[in-house]
Amino acid sequence: MAEIEALDSTWVTNAKLLRLLISARLRSQTAYRGSFAADVAGQVVLALTEFVELYAILHNIPTFGGLTFAQALLVFAFASIGFSIGDLLLGETDSMSDAIRMGKLEVLLTRPLPVLLQLMTSDFQLRRVGRLAFALLAMAAALFLTDIDWDPGKVVLFIITPLAGAAIFGALFVGAGASQFWLVDGRQFGNAFTYGGRYVASMPGAALFLPMQVFFTFVVPATLVAYAPSLVLLELEGPAGIPSWTGWLGLPAAVVLWGLMLLLWRAAIKKYTGAGG
Amino acid sequence: MNAYWELTKSSFRRHSTYRLAAVSGAFTNSVFGLIRASLLLSAISTAGGSIGGYSAVEAATYVWLGQALLTPLGLFGSAEIAERVKSGDIAVDLTRSVNLTASYWAQDLGRAAFDVLPRGLPPLVIGAIVTGLSLPTTAGPYALGFISIIAAMTLNFLGFFIINLLAFWVVEIRGYWMLYLVLMNLLSGFLVPVSWFPQWMLDFARATPFPSMLQTPVDILAGRTDVVESLALVGTQLLWLAVLLTGAHLMVRFGSRKLVVQGG
Repeated sequence: MAEIEALDSTWVTNAKLLRLLISARLRSQTAYRGSFAADVAGQVVLALTEFVELYAILHNIPTFGGLTFAQALLVFAFASIGFSIGDLLLGETDSMSDAIRMGKLEVLLTRPLPVLLQLMTSDFQLRRVGRLAFALLAMAAALFLTDIDWDPGKVVLFIITPLAGAAIFGALFVGAGASQFWLVDGRQFGNAFTYGGRYVASMPGAALFLPMQVFFTFVVPATLVAYAPSLVLLELEGPAGIPSWTGWLGLPAAVVLWGLMLLLWRAAIKKYTGAGG
Repeated sequence: MNAYWELTKSSFRRHSTYRLAAVSGAFTNSVFGLIRASLLLSAISTAGGSIGGYSAVEAATYVWLGQALLTPLGLFGSAEIAERVKSGDIAVDLTRSVNLTASYWAQDLGRAAFDVLPRGLPPLVIGAIVTGLSLPTTAGPYALGFISIIAAMTLNFLGFFIINLLAFWVVEIRGYWMLYLVLMNLLSGFLVPVSWFPQWMLDFARATPFPSMLQTPVDILAGRTDVVESLALVGTQLLWLAVLLTGAHLMVRFGSRKLVVQGG
């Protein structure tokens, strides 16, 4: 009984500690107002240019990868929402190599909280909310412009898709962070899958070369984030590498990917030998 | 003069020690090249042959040259100088008997010189195998292209240098840096060729120095422009060079007066 109580109280302290850490972080980030405003604006403009890139292609042609502008906007919005949530929570693992080189990781390892949880809270970047706001706006516009024949199944898919997308990108970020334990100078390697994945996810999958369709669906599940579920919602046929039944694979893929990436992360933490910090 | 040459050489050596960074960078540039090439080619095939004056193989060449030049031209910049302003280390730079702008430019030149081969060659080889490239067979475009690359690299350096120097006036430049990076990436024609833009955006882009930072050297190298057009484009680059150089010079002058180094 006493043991359980002790366990309970550590949990409470941990939860309190986390909340303290996050709120302190948020306060520090908003302390310099001018800079914070520029930060948020930067994130909004970043999302805007991603959209303009799609627009610059689509204003030249009636359909892109078989999708009209409104349909492509739906894909873009799903990908953007998923990525911005994943990035908000775990984007910080991108700078894992800095933490390793500077010896910051030792500090995290000595604390009685899982390192991944600390990373999630230690640099909770509020500015990234700017990107999410734009993504939600794009989603509203896409829903207004497309004609989706709603049924209960589609409503469920519509709700789980952004969550699965966030989970997939989160797992990719964890994997990219873990890979930096081996490739300390090679952090760009992981970017091919995290930012490359975002790029693929936000575009109509049918526009990719066939081998890349297969790779980005069944190996790095980027097209499952937005394009594949959009095919189901819009009742469209998929290309050869991304059949429309893959639209429901987002959540299972996220679970499998998380399992694999957590194993990789555990191996990475075990492999870590310190930088003499 | 000798001092700058030494800075260039030592910067070249410094960057050449990070081989893994170069390999992983080339890998990522190539993956992005594959994605971008497939997107542009799909769009062009839907359009029925060409968009904005680019046929399929020309668009592919544009993508691969862009991916190859991206790192050497310094399209992603760095925030190193802002960090030095923040920490006060910039005071040490200012006491040196070399010009601040020129010394950092010399170092950036060394970085670019190293980056050309390990970062540039792999995307071009992959491009030649996967999509094919359409490159000119005469020497002219390469000679002018070389000049244009040096000019573009210098423009990119000056652009980020100016953003970094904002640190003299503001505490944290990351937001401004991000804003600049994102706008530059779009308007330089890095994401899609500038001529694919709708008219209003094209006009806007052409009124900025950004197309001179990537689109110009890529178009000249690919042999898309004749000698007269190429010379006019290089002239535009030099014009922007003068503007940005003046801006940087003024910022260094007034910024260093504002600088407060505590306990320096």
